Amino acid sequence: MTNAIDLKDLRKSFGPTEIIRGVDLDIRKGERHAIIGPNGAGKSTLFHLISGRYQLSGGSVSLHGEDISNLPPYEIYRKGLSRSFQVTNIFPNMSVFENVRCGLMWAQEYKYSFWHLVDRETELNTKTAQVIEEIGLTSRQHIPAGVLTYAEQRALEIGIAAAGGADVIMLDEPTAGMSHSETDQAIALIREITEGKTLVMVEHDMGVVFDVADRISVLVYGEIIATDTPENIRNNKAVQEAYLGAEADE
Amino acid sequence: MSEITKTSAATVQASSLKRFGPWIGFLILLMVMPFIFTSNSAIFTMNLMGIFIIFALSYNMLLGQGGMLSFGHAVYFGLGGFMSVHFMNYIEDGSFVFPMWLLPIFGGLIGLVFAIIIGSFSTRRAGTVFAMISLGVGELMAASSLIFVAFFGGEEGVSGDRTMGPTLFGADFGPDKEVYYLIAAWVFVTVVLMYLFSRTPAGRLANAVRDNAERAEFIGYSQRKVRFVSFCASGLFAGIAGGLFAVNFEIVTEENLNALTSGTVLLMAYIGGVGFFIGPIVGAVVFTLLQSILSHYTDIWQMYVGVMFVLTVMFVPQGLTGIMMMHTPAYRMKRLGGLTVPYLRLGIPAISMVAGIAGFLEMMHHVRGAAQGESTMSLIGIEFDTHSVMPWVIVAVLGIVGGYLMRSQAGQLKDAWETANDPTAGKKEASS
Repeated sequence: MTNAIDLKDLRKSFGPTEIIRGVDLDIRKGERHAIIGPNGAGKSTLFHLISGRYQLSGGSVSLHGEDISNLPPYEIYRKGLSRSFQVTNIFPNMSVFENVRCGLMWAQEYKYSFWHLVDRETELNTKTAQVIEEIGLTSRQHIPAGVLTYAEQRALEIGIAAAGGADVIMLDEPTAGMSHSETDQAIALIREITEGKTLVMVEHDMGVVFDVADRISVLVYGEIIATDTPENIRNNKAVQEAYLGAEADE
Repeated sequence: MSEITKTSAATVQASSLKRFGPWIGFLILLMVMPFIFTSNSAIFTMNLMGIFIIFALSYNMLLGQGGMLSFGHAVYFGLGGFMSVHFMNYIEDGSFVFPMWLLPIFGGLIGLVFAIIIGSFSTRRAGTVFAMISLGVGELMAASSLIFVAFFGGEEGVSGDRTMGPTLFGADFGPDKEVYYLIAAWVFVTVVLMYLFSRTPAGRLANAVRDNAERAEFIGYSQRKVRFVSFCASGLFAGIAGGLFAVNFEIVTEENLNALTSGTVLLMAYIGGVGFFIGPIVGAVVFTLLQSILSHYTDIWQMYVGVMFVLTVMFVPQGLTGIMMMHTPAYRMKRLGGLTVPYLRLGIPAISMVAGIAGFLEMMHHVRGAAQGESTMSLIGIEFDTHSVMPWVIVAVLGIVGGYLMRSQAGQLKDAWETANDPTAGKKEASS
C-alpha cells in the first residue's frame, strides 16, 4: 500500500539559513498524524513545502505515490491534498456561504465555468449547506466572513479546506488561540470532517495532540527526531529533552 | 431554528418577483426615458449614458469584482470603436451586408481578442504590476494609434455613416432617438449578461481571488486563470460599448483609447461605488449628467468632478451606491424619517459652503480668463462686476459661515445616525 504522503530528504533554505534540513517522513493512508516541535522548528514551513506554497530547495514530496514536488498549490489541491492556514486565511468580503461554496467549486467540476449560474446549481448549494451545518455556522451563513468571531473564522477555515472532499487534509494549528470549550468543539469538528481521511496537523496544544493523533512526529530545528505512537513519543528520551522537557509548562 | 430554516429556504429560491422585478423595472425605465426627457440634448445625454454604463460595468468586472486596477481599459473600448466604424464603412461600401444594429458585436470581438492577447501576460499578477502593465499597454496603443494611420485614421480619426445597410423594422438609425433604443437594447442585454457572469463560478471566483488570491490557489484555482477569464469578459463588453460609441457618434478618434478615457471610466466606477454591481451604473449616470449639465454652465466642470472624485476616495470609498446602501438598516427599522431634520441641519450649511467655494472659483476663473476690460459675469442668472468688492464678500460669507455651521452640526447628525442605526434602541424589531 502506498503512503498518503512521502517526504524524501526534504530541504528548504532561505538564503544561507536552512530551515528544513533533510526530512524523511511517511504518512500512512487514513492515519491522523500530528507534527509537533518547539517554536521555529519549521512546522509551518514543512506544511508550505508539502502544499506547494514554497518551492523545495531539495528532496521530493509524493502524494499517493505520485511526485508532486514543486507543483503549484492548485495542482496539488486537484490531486487530493487540501490544507488550512495558521493565520486565518479566508475570503473576508464574501459571505460564509460563498466562502464554502468556492471551496466546493473545483471538486464539483465547475472549473472556470461562465455558463453555470451558481444559484441554480442545487447539488452545489445543498452540499454547501451541509458543510456549513457541519462547521456550525448555519445561522451565520449570510454575513461577511470577515466579521465572524475568531473561533468561527477558524471553523470556516477548516470548512473551506475540507469542503472539496480532498482525501488528505492538512491543518496548521487549528485550535491556536481558542478557549477550552472552543478547542473541544474544534476537535469534535476535526474528527467529524476527517472521518476516513488522512489528517496531518501541526498543533501546539499537547492535550489535543495526544487525544487526536494516531502517530506523532517531532520536528526540531528542521529535522524529524522521532515518529511514533503518542505513548512512545511521551516516553522518548530525546523528545523529552528537546521539546517536552524544555516546555513542560505547556 | 425558525430563523435557520427561513434563511436557507430564502437562499435556495427567492420568489420570482423579487428575482425578476428589478429587471422588468429596468427594462420599462429604459423604454420610457425618451418620453420623459424628449429634448434632443436629453436624448444625446442618455445615449452617452448608456454607452458609459456598459463601459463602466465592464471596467468594474476588473476593479470591483476581480481586484484588478486598470489604467488602460479604454484600449478595448477604443479598439471596439475603431473596428465597428471600419465595418460601418464596409457596409456603406457594399462590400459586406450586415445590419448596423449588430455592429457592436465586432467591437466586442476585437475587444475580446485583444483582451486575450494582453490578458495572457498582464493577469499574471494583480496589484501594482497589473496596474503598471495596463498603463504601459494603454500608452502603447495610444501612441500606435497615431502611427498606424490606416487603421486609426491619425489625428482626425475614422468616421462613418450608420444609416446604411439593412434596416430593422424600417428604422435606419438616422435620428438619435432610434439610436437611443438601439443603445438601450444593448444596455439591457449586456447588463443582464454582466450580472449573470458575476453569478457564475468564474464570477464568484473572481471575488474570491480579489479577496484572497493566495487562498484561492489552495482550493484548486489558479489566480491567474481566474483573472484572465474576467479580463477577457471585461474586454468583450468594453468593446461592445466602443462599438455603440461608434454607432452613436459616427466617428472614433485616438481620444477614445487614450489614458484620458481610461481615467474617465475609473472615475465613473469609483464615484458610483466599485463594491456594488449597480455602482458603476450610478457612476456612469451621475458622471454623464455632470458632464453634460455642468458643462453648460461652467468651463471648469472637470475640476468639480475631480474634487468629487478625491472626496469620494477620501471619505466614502464605497461610493454613491455605498452611501445609499448605508441607509438600508435604518430604512428596514423604519427610522429613516428621524434622519431628515439632522440631514437638513447639516445639508443647508453644506450647500451654502459649496456655493461659496464654487462662486469663488468661478469668479477667479472669470477674472483670469475674461477678455481685457470685461469685468461683468453672470452666475446663476445674476449679473455682477467681478472688480467690485461685494460679490467677493458674499461668496466669502457663504463659504465661511456655511463651513462653520456645517462643522457645528456634524455632531448632531452623528448622534441621530447612531440612534437610527442602534438595533437595541426603541422596540426590539431589529431584523438581522
